[in-house]
Amino acid sequence: MSRVAVLKGGRSLERQVSLRSGARVQDALQRLGHDAVDIDVGVDLVERLRAAAPDVAFVALHGRDGEDGTVQELLELIGVPYTGSGISSCIRCMDKVLSKHELRDAGIPTPDFYAFTQTAFRELGAAQALPAIEERLDFPIVVKPAGQGSALGIKFASTAQDVPAALVSAFSYDDKVLLERHITGTDLAVSVLEGPDGAPEALPVVEAVPHDEEFYDFEARYTIGRTDFACPARIGDALTDRAQSLALAVFDVLGCAGFARVDLMLDRRSGELTVLEANAIPGLTETSLLPQAAEAAGIDFDALIGRIVDQALARAAA
Amino acid sequence: MTIDDGSRSPRSTSRDLERYAGLFAQRTRGMKSSAMRDLMAITERPDVITLAGGLPDTTAFPIDQFRQVAGELTGQAARALQYGPTEGMAVVRDCIVEVMAAEEMRVDHDELLITTGGQQVIDLMCKTFVDPGDVIVAEAPTYPGAVPTFGAYEADVVQIAMDADGMRIDELEEMLDRLDAEGRRPKFVYTIPSFQNPGGVTMSLERRRRLVRIAHDRELLVLEDNPYGLLRYEGDPVPTLQRLDGGNYVVYLGTFSKILSPGVRLGWAAAPAPIIAKMNLGKQGADLCSSSMSQLFVAAYFAHGRWREYVRTQIEVYRRRRDALLDALADHFPREAEWTYPQGGLFVWATLPDYLDTTDLLARALSEKVAFVPGRAAYLDGRGGSSMRLNFSGVTEDDIREGVRRIGKVVREQVALYGTLTDGVPAAPTARRTPDAPSNVLRLPEREGRARRAE
Repeated sequence: MSRVAVLKGGRSLERQVSLRSGARVQDALQRLGHDAVDIDVGVDLVERLRAAAPDVAFVALHGRDGEDGTVQELLELIGVPYTGSGISSCIRCMDKVLSKHELRDAGIPTPDFYAFTQTAFRELGAAQALPAIEERLDFPIVVKPAGQGSALGIKFASTAQDVPAALVSAFSYDDKVLLERHITGTDLAVSVLEGPDGAPEALPVVEAVPHDEEFYDFEARYTIGRTDFACPARIGDALTDRAQSLALAVFDVLGCAGFARVDLMLDRRSGELTVLEANAIPGLTETSLLPQAAEAAGIDFDALIGRIVDQALARAAA
Repeated sequence: MTIDDGSRSPRSTSRDLERYAGLFAQRTRGMKSSAMRDLMAITERPDVITLAGGLPDTTAFPIDQFRQVAGELTGQAARALQYGPTEGMAVVRDCIVEVMAAEEMRVDHDELLITTGGQQVIDLMCKTFVDPGDVIVAEAPTYPGAVPTFGAYEADVVQIAMDADGMRIDELEEMLDRLDAEGRRPKFVYTIPSFQNPGGVTMSLERRRRLVRIAHDRELLVLEDNPYGLLRYEGDPVPTLQRLDGGNYVVYLGTFSKILSPGVRLGWAAAPAPIIAKMNLGKQGADLCSSSMSQLFVAAYFAHGRWREYVRTQIEVYRRRRDALLDALADHFPREAEWTYPQGGLFVWATLPDYLDTTDLLARALSEKVAFVPGRAAYLDGRGGSSMRLNFSGVTEDDIREGVRRIGKVVREQVALYGTLTDGVPAAPTARRTPDAPSNVLRLPEREGRARRAE
């Protein structure tokens, strides 16, 4: 039995999702017989961690501060072992621009993209380059904030006229945004979980089948019964193997630890798989994909949480 | 899940939830999680100035009166602690007759049903009248709190545009004709004619007369939601639909929330007796009766006869706050923005250039520690993306000024960014706007608001 501090909530826009993830983690830890203390992350975080003196912190935070390396940095500083990826990996995963560059450099397919900061537009006249980008990416173009989860701020531009407004929306969430080639096809997610021996394993592929939304947006993600999931995905053995090996490669390239979720698209036109992004701390809510994939692999939620905590403790002991 | 292990909490695993998901009723599909709702949860942080609420200011309630009323309640403890009749206590129905008389309406006891907040009237109306797929006609934008209720009953909601004089009755008639041609008859028209939430506008007398006439000619029910009618800060009162109609086709929704307190959770429906009888059955299924304690509190409060005095003090406070909001908008919002000029009620509806999305803007505004309600919450079809609802009743004048300054800063910043992105190209309408949208977007010329303030 260990004393585990469950870090949840925080001030990111995904606070509510994190509260749901954290509550489930805490329940699971209690069922496993751990002494779980929940901490809604705020200005008193360090103080509360010191008071709780946990053996390990379960980081159930999503988005800014929790998933971008900030909280991990603090935890290292005060010497509390924690679950999941380390600082640099969190930074790489959270910043979609950085991670896509890393993937591309490593030869892992990811949709073509161009990234800009607000400064580039305000001071370097980047707007002049928009027509060239639009020509190269073809419409529709997806515009995304570089560092925001849960599909917040993602807009589709079907014509050149839509691009500026989509950029303004994306800049509401982050100073850096990317314009990405839109891939039509099947939404897939491959969760990666380190096994008891520390070797990462790809879990069964989950396919998201939204009921009526055009894309797998926030509502579709977090409303039970709004999206159907097929697990394992109905894509055949060859593509399943390919998706899983891509996910493992991403896990490796981005330096993830413990667990992560890699989102992919199966391009309807080319039949090719391409990687959209990696999540260092994927959702653990009722409708989230990692728990579903683990379940399909015969690892129930409690066992999943138990394994993640054990890994963190083992890493700290090593 | 094991049920024999008493030492552990038998909470659900994801597999169990998957099983529940298969059991959920079809209509729960209409109940959505939304990014907006999650963002709104952040607005509850104490360091955020929120113009997103819809709260009356209860801080000015005379504490000695509260003590006196609560004291009188003690003398009726047994009754306060007991169930009451579903239709509500007669003493409270007397209070309602008095409140409605203040707006020159007449109503009999058997035409009244006391409900748990005005919100329950909307729910009971749907429960009583709406089968899945039935049409409800509402204003565009409409009360955001009614949206999930309509969704839960799987209503097909048709929204009719408004302008400075309220719902466009010509568009309503066109829509009714179109529906008629399709063999569909709306179950009711839902309207907030006075100081509309969220639009802030008031339906003109001429349009009210036309609406009532249409209701009679077409045998169409109207649900008149009138929470703010007594909160008028200027201008002459306009008769309610209920008064014009005489209570034949208008179901009237009243509430104690804005004239006394939302904490008592008491509202009412005034409607023809057969409708009340059916709604009464619906209410039995929902909650048997509204709180006896609250009802006796209201009765004791009204017995002192000072409720009008309290409403007058509220009006003074809200008028100053409304003026502070309108002045701050003029000072801090860019000229591309427009907003309504409410003569009463709690809200102003502001519309930004259509290339700005107020849901995304809210995320940016929250980082400046200020919040509003994004306009999309007031539509069922995804419109309203460039509008926002601003509340002034529950916020101090200083906070209103500071809050609007912060929102204005973010809006100006985004307008400038858009300008940079389009590189001086005049702002063309974006694809987000549907072809018929211009007439469907509630707009009031900014100039009008400014001119009024200059008086």
